[in-house]
Amino acid sequence: MTVATSPTQLLRTQEIPHLSYTATRDRFDDTWEAPLATLLGLGRAAGADLVEFFLEHNHFISCLAEDDAITSLSPRLVTGAGVRVFRGKGDCYVSTNDLSFTGLKVALEKGLAILGLSLPGPHAHIPEINLELMRDYAAANQKEGWLQRCSSMQEMGDVLLAANGVLARQASHIQARRATYFRDWQEVLVAASDGTFARDIRLTQSVGFNLLCADGDHRSSISQRQGDSSDPNFLRQWDYETTANGIAESAGKMLYADYVESGNYPIIMANQFGGVIFHEACGHLLETTQIERGTTPFIDKKGEKIAHESLTAWDEGRSPQEFGTLDMDDEGMPTQRTLLIENGVLKNFLSDRAGALRTGHPRTGSGRRQNYTYAAASRMRNTYIAPGDYSLEELFASVDKGIYCKKMGGGSVGPTGQFNFAVDEAYLIENGQITKPLKGATLIGEAKEIMQKISMCSQDLGLAPGFCGSISGSIYVTVGQPHLKVDSITVGGR
Amino acid sequence: MPTVQDIATYAETSARKLGIGKYDLYGASVDETSVQVDKGEPKQVKASQRSSVIVRVWNDQGRLGVTTTTDVDPKGLELALQTAQEASAFGAKEHIPDFSPEATAAIADKDVGLIPPVEVPELLETLVTAEQALLNAHPAIASVPYNGLAQRSLERFYLNSAGARRQENRSYASIYLYSKTEQEGRKPRSAGSIRLHRGLQKLDVQACIKEAQEKTISHLDYRPIPSGQYRVVFSAEAFLSLLDAFSNLFNAQSILDRRSLSTPDSLGTQIASPLLTVYDDALHAENISAETFDGEGTPTRRVAIITAGKLSNFLHSAGTAKRLGAQPTGHASIGAKVSVSPSFYHVVAAESAPEPLSLDTADNVVWIDELQALHAGVNALQGAFSLPFDGWLVNQGKRVSIESATVAGDIRSVLQSILYIEPEPEITPGGVCPRVWVDVLSITGEA
Repeated sequence: MTVATSPTQLLRTQEIPHLSYTATRDRFDDTWEAPLATLLGLGRAAGADLVEFFLEHNHFISCLAEDDAITSLSPRLVTGAGVRVFRGKGDCYVSTNDLSFTGLKVALEKGLAILGLSLPGPHAHIPEINLELMRDYAAANQKEGWLQRCSSMQEMGDVLLAANGVLARQASHIQARRATYFRDWQEVLVAASDGTFARDIRLTQSVGFNLLCADGDHRSSISQRQGDSSDPNFLRQWDYETTANGIAESAGKMLYADYVESGNYPIIMANQFGGVIFHEACGHLLETTQIERGTTPFIDKKGEKIAHESLTAWDEGRSPQEFGTLDMDDEGMPTQRTLLIENGVLKNFLSDRAGALRTGHPRTGSGRRQNYTYAAASRMRNTYIAPGDYSLEELFASVDKGIYCKKMGGGSVGPTGQFNFAVDEAYLIENGQITKPLKGATLIGEAKEIMQKISMCSQDLGLAPGFCGSISGSIYVTVGQPHLKVDSITVGGR
Repeated sequence: MPTVQDIATYAETSARKLGIGKYDLYGASVDETSVQVDKGEPKQVKASQRSSVIVRVWNDQGRLGVTTTTDVDPKGLELALQTAQEASAFGAKEHIPDFSPEATAAIADKDVGLIPPVEVPELLETLVTAEQALLNAHPAIASVPYNGLAQRSLERFYLNSAGARRQENRSYASIYLYSKTEQEGRKPRSAGSIRLHRGLQKLDVQACIKEAQEKTISHLDYRPIPSGQYRVVFSAEAFLSLLDAFSNLFNAQSILDRRSLSTPDSLGTQIASPLLTVYDDALHAENISAETFDGEGTPTRRVAIITAGKLSNFLHSAGTAKRLGAQPTGHASIGAKVSVSPSFYHVVAAESAPEPLSLDTADNVVWIDELQALHAGVNALQGAFSLPFDGWLVNQGKRVSIESATVAGDIRSVLQSILYIEPEPEITPGGVCPRVWVDVLSITGEA
């Protein structure tokens, strides 16, 4: 954006229609300071307690290879902005595709009007909003060239076809095979009337396989996904040979598996994506959005023991390259490492701006949103259970008859803390040994109860990428844990 | 947002400039407002005016490229066309989508009854009143943690370089109320309800309150259920959600991708009890979200999917119809790879069951009101499901809420073992369907 004049600190409202802010379409830089400071001042002059703008450019592309052909290559170009206006403990959020000064002003006026506010008369002074010197995480961390250094369309196709070719050689009884890739490049700018002014570029990529095998009525389907949040070379470095070998082996084992017999079992959950159990069963319940709604059993438990003493858990946005890693959240706050549970004791909640306002829990750099159409909400980033002292052998040796949940599917938690999730790859454990594959298992339980039953954690922490859907849309997260033992859980099956 | 004519002009000008001879566009513009409340106070109000357009470009070799953009002014559309043109060099070489042969055919003359939006204070007042009514309904109802009232105006269009031009406007309003109970020594329970209509003025808010209230109260006196095999009655919503989760059974694109429980040869086979007939009917009178054309411009219509238990038609895009020697059915979503999806189900009993069944006289029947977590508990490629549910154990008309439990089975067995389809249809946002009785399914509650 080029600005005709430097920001006038004591602008009168009557002068606003005559300002000539000319927006560039391509980049958020510090030339946005003047128009945004003006708009923020306008919002404050109207009586808002706090105003926040979130601006976004997004270049997304996905590529799909089915069998030996590229069947979809889909770019998406998105430009949008959202303005959030706070008044008291209430707020409203207005989004638009129009990033011109006029477009943003219209969105602001709409937000103000919703809260019963209106712009001051023509002779009113607009208070000065002193935005901080732009915190530019993109420039500071050499992200400007990321998009250009990513794989080209040609390379996407070549890699996925080569990967699918390897999968064809590794697996048997193949009915359908898919290799998928997406690259999500996002430039964001946050400016708020408390002085926040920050910019970042995010690069999120994911690649994976989906394999369906069939033999008569026997079927198995296995998916495997890897993700990254900062490496333009990610796709080039994908080890699809090893990945293909792993899912071919899993699909083969599950093809003729028996259905699990329903009941209560001790289970051992594998590391990496096994962490979805903690994400669903506990992580969501530590978000301040759940406190606001009164839908978490942990609402007044800070400082109290809510889990087995063997359990320590973190949520953080700092691990290099992990799927949920961010330099700043979508409210412009630097992300941090947040200790959630230490030796079973609840230490912290995850809080965004509105959560802090309404619940009193301090912000943790956890305000996240899918895109400009959503207001930020308290959401997880990289969430995992810390490693423990046990060996994997000790975990298995402690189970006479139980289930080894090697690969988890998706899951969810309801408004009363009841959770469930599917197991994509499971095995029966008898006398400490894996004896046969099982399919069709769903784990169900209550968050409060399951947290007390995670009794053994091994030393092999592993992380995995995932997608989390909630009030502010679908976001990239990491789940993780070491192998762990749950003393008893209900398993739904046939 | 520019008018459809503006967009057509921008596209034509840019296409000419870029040397693009064949293209089409599908777009939509949405203006919506939604409110949430918390204990009588506004919690969050959201408003949005957004638009997006997807452009498809065919290059000189006939290969297809697409791009989606939210920037619908001349410069944004030109960039989108240019990007799509670039992408077309890497487009599929086989089974390339083409214009629908029905993109210029007449569409249904459907009276959509547009209703103008109301102001935010009226939305808030309506929702606050509804929340209060629920809180007053029973001392155990402690909160309505999930609630929302929304109104939306939608304009959508399709056009192509061969002269097709379609456009339609819609308006909707929706309310959902999900209440939660708290009682000393008892686990919290929750239940909810949703209603949809073309505008707030016609939205049946009272019915939504009443249903949420009755369901929530009915779950207060819950008990665990022993694990075992039970006869099951699905509510309309539960049955339709299960059917939809396995819609690959009749989705032509899934079938051609070999990611379906059916094959092209499945047409005419008996996949369900002879009692079951299912239509997909985008134009059904109860479909508030009715659309008269799909993403390729094909007119929508009523399609028989299952007729007396036999698979009678697949849902098609223009491309799948061509490959399978059928007619497009108006179920396409535009894209580099066109996807197919159902619109609005209409389930009816194909013939009378030998003996009507009734919850008033049946013993030990599980009545499943709502299935949960379908995204996690359904394996659509295998036919298997294992899902938590809200429901009741019914004996001689007396129903007792079931504490957390799951139902598991295989969709093919479920369809084949339908015992009875009640005569009285229920209307849901996803379709119209009576309660459906299924012989036996596994329920996991107390081990």
